Amino acid sequence: MQTFIQSVIDKYAASTVRLLDILRDIQAEYQHISSPAIELLSSQLNIPRTQIISVIEFYSFLHASPTGKYDILISDSITDLMLDKENLLNYFASQLKLTVGELRSDGLVSLNNTSCTGMCDQGPAGLVNGYALTHLDRPRVDAIVKLVEQQVPVAEWPSEFFQVDDNIHQAGLLLQAPIQAGEGLKASFKRGVQKTLQEIDISGLRGRGGAGFKTAMKWRFCSEEQETERYVVCNADEGEPGTFKDRVLLNSYAHQVFEGMTICASIINAQQGFLYLRGEYLHLYQPLLDILEERRKLNLLGKNILDQQHFNFDIEIRLGCGAYICGEESALIESLEGKRGIPRNRPPYPVSQGYLNKPTVVNNVETFLATAKIAVEGGQWFADIGTEQSKGTKILSISGDCAKSGIYEYPFGTSIAQVLEDCGATDVLGIQVGGPSGTFIDISEDQRKLAFEDLATGGSFIIFNQSRNILDIVKNFTHFFAHESCGFCTPCRVGTALLKKQLDKITDGHGSAGDVVALEELCQLVKNNSHCGLGQTAANPILSTLERYPEHYQKQLKAISYEPGFDLDASLETARRLANRDDAGAHLSQVEED
Amino acid sequence: MSQTITIDGKEIPFSEGQTIMDAAIAADIYIPHLCHNPDYTPHGSCKLCTVKVNGRNCSACTFPATEGQEIQNQSDELEKDRKRITQMLFVEGNHFCPSCEKTGNCQLQGVAYYLDMHDNHFPHFFANREVDSSHPEILIDHNRCIFCNLCVRASQEKDHKNVFAISGRGINKRLIINSISGQLKDSDIAIDDCAAHICPTGAILIKRTGYQVPIGERIYDKQKIDAVALAKENKDHG
Repeated sequence: MQTFIQSVIDKYAASTVRLLDILRDIQAEYQHISSPAIELLSSQLNIPRTQIISVIEFYSFLHASPTGKYDILISDSITDLMLDKENLLNYFASQLKLTVGELRSDGLVSLNNTSCTGMCDQGPAGLVNGYALTHLDRPRVDAIVKLVEQQVPVAEWPSEFFQVDDNIHQAGLLLQAPIQAGEGLKASFKRGVQKTLQEIDISGLRGRGGAGFKTAMKWRFCSEEQETERYVVCNADEGEPGTFKDRVLLNSYAHQVFEGMTICASIINAQQGFLYLRGEYLHLYQPLLDILEERRKLNLLGKNILDQQHFNFDIEIRLGCGAYICGEESALIESLEGKRGIPRNRPPYPVSQGYLNKPTVVNNVETFLATAKIAVEGGQWFADIGTEQSKGTKILSISGDCAKSGIYEYPFGTSIAQVLEDCGATDVLGIQVGGPSGTFIDISEDQRKLAFEDLATGGSFIIFNQSRNILDIVKNFTHFFAHESCGFCTPCRVGTALLKKQLDKITDGHGSAGDVVALEELCQLVKNNSHCGLGQTAANPILSTLERYPEHYQKQLKAISYEPGFDLDASLETARRLANRDDAGAHLSQVEED
Repeated sequence: MSQTITIDGKEIPFSEGQTIMDAAIAADIYIPHLCHNPDYTPHGSCKLCTVKVNGRNCSACTFPATEGQEIQNQSDELEKDRKRITQMLFVEGNHFCPSCEKTGNCQLQGVAYYLDMHDNHFPHFFANREVDSSHPEILIDHNRCIFCNLCVRASQEKDHKNVFAISGRGINKRLIINSISGQLKDSDIAIDDCAAHICPTGAILIKRTGYQVPIGERIYDKQKIDAVALAKENKDHG
């Protein structure tokens, strides 16, 4: 073990900034990071053991106790649940003869849930040793169980198990005509890079991650900082349940994304870029490395790019380890630095103090994709499309109850009704626009528009038909936020856990009239006082459905003024067993009969 | 000309680099707080010091004061939210004031009284937390930890050690100790470390000093936390 760990440390030049990479490699080799491994790392990296332990405990894909040689995770996204994931998971567990969440006693295999893996258009989905599995069903589960029992290495499993499709159903401005590698840079150098920044300004492009900050303004702020060491970061930590467009962009448009990053570097004068790729997209890691290598050969990365004197820039890919919060830009930067993904206090903002406290531009994959094309076509080309406040197009990841789930690109200003028609959604109850942190709208609102000024979305668009239960959906989302809260601030750490308890009390049939009032009050508290976007939006699923479907909540309530949040009689079971009693006097009804 | 901000209608001066909390303390204005201590790097995690700055919620302990800010510190809404956040801390851990040695000297309890908190409001988590009594002189009762991070900061910034760290995620967050066994006795903490004395609650206690001051004669038995905090934190009070 010592030799292996030393080789990993050497591979990353004993840099603590690479702690996540080091831990990933050790986890992959030994299925966990043992105490002796932690001690060794602590002494070799010269950092406290607690720093290592706290990083391991923060990320879902790192473990201090062993996971199986085959570590299987099943995506717990609402779209997977709608595809009968729960029964499939139980079937999987029974066939593997283990309990979900535990390591089988022979140490061969473990099975657990994981947050949305970004395969909502081809679920039920999962991961085996980090690699994406799609289209899971019973025959496939049977085959996997057999492969596991026969200890066939994952690399030798049938490739169709790992088949990930793009499913692009509607290509618009950006998707229909990708640029040639180098085309954007050449156009930009010809025009002059500062003029390209003006074109991006003219385009009106706003950040595609969801927040919608003007891209040109962000780049300008960063370039105006005194500090000369600057960074470009592409946020590919696509964790919002129901979002998978960045996966497709990185699979089929990676050149253009890297080109956008390089154009940004030329404008802000950065030498180093990072693509922060969510751990769930491990299958894209090697292909993306290959593309970077190809770009170096084409002199699109490296020294004196396209013969521009003194323009040196390269891109490194860093993998995430299972933490939704790392999609928040300052948490992402912390993670890039090898730390726990805790959102920073702001100000200062990343444009002035980002990676290693140096000026840093962080943009979404789709934003960089757009900038590369704008560099070729000019800003007006983009600004001609869309609405006054939302220029250009938006790429949607559509999933749920529709005939054709997948990727759709629309001009901003397109109505929800149009989108529903195109993807073949019928008998619709409602749509979650922007993922759990966005807004749940009712079908009666289908004339509303995709736009920052109406329905903003990072790309998630989940459709629910009339057969779906609103509270099941809200429950899944609310549990998701409680699971993903980083725990830094009180309102989110305790608040999301309380939201989960309070909502479960109602959905489990223990709620009474006062409980909905208490739930709503709690929602406002968490929303108004949380440190970052996670906490500030964690109550959105409850708030937006309470507003639209109060009757669905009311229906669950008991007609009494107060109900305890637990089953009184069931709680007495241990006492009955101890007392060896089961007579009527040893039972309690939930409420006194009037 | 000196720069000013306005808190609840009162104009107060501030200097470059000060946070809203710094300026407030210097002007003898109390903003409730638990994770903040002016001797250490601001943390901004407890969120008790949330104030409205030009209509937007911000943490006073980390948010820089800038010319002309209109700040609201006392309002029914803010006070109610602060009470609820304090109640969250109470239900998250296991806080039994009557049987805690820190009672009367506890900042969590002091803030709760200040905010007129009479019950816990939320359902308890009944978290299963441990007591580490391994060290001969210092006791850690994890039941009372509110993750203010002050012991972590004190150990790093003042003691130049790394005895404590925050680990885990979300509601599973926990305080861990830097020793091979994970126990305090095997760490390099010393009785005169700042980290051993900084805890605002009864999570870190010095052994064999209990009840030397009788209940009823303790800090917050005599004075409310706002007066105590300002007397201690405003250096002009000498």
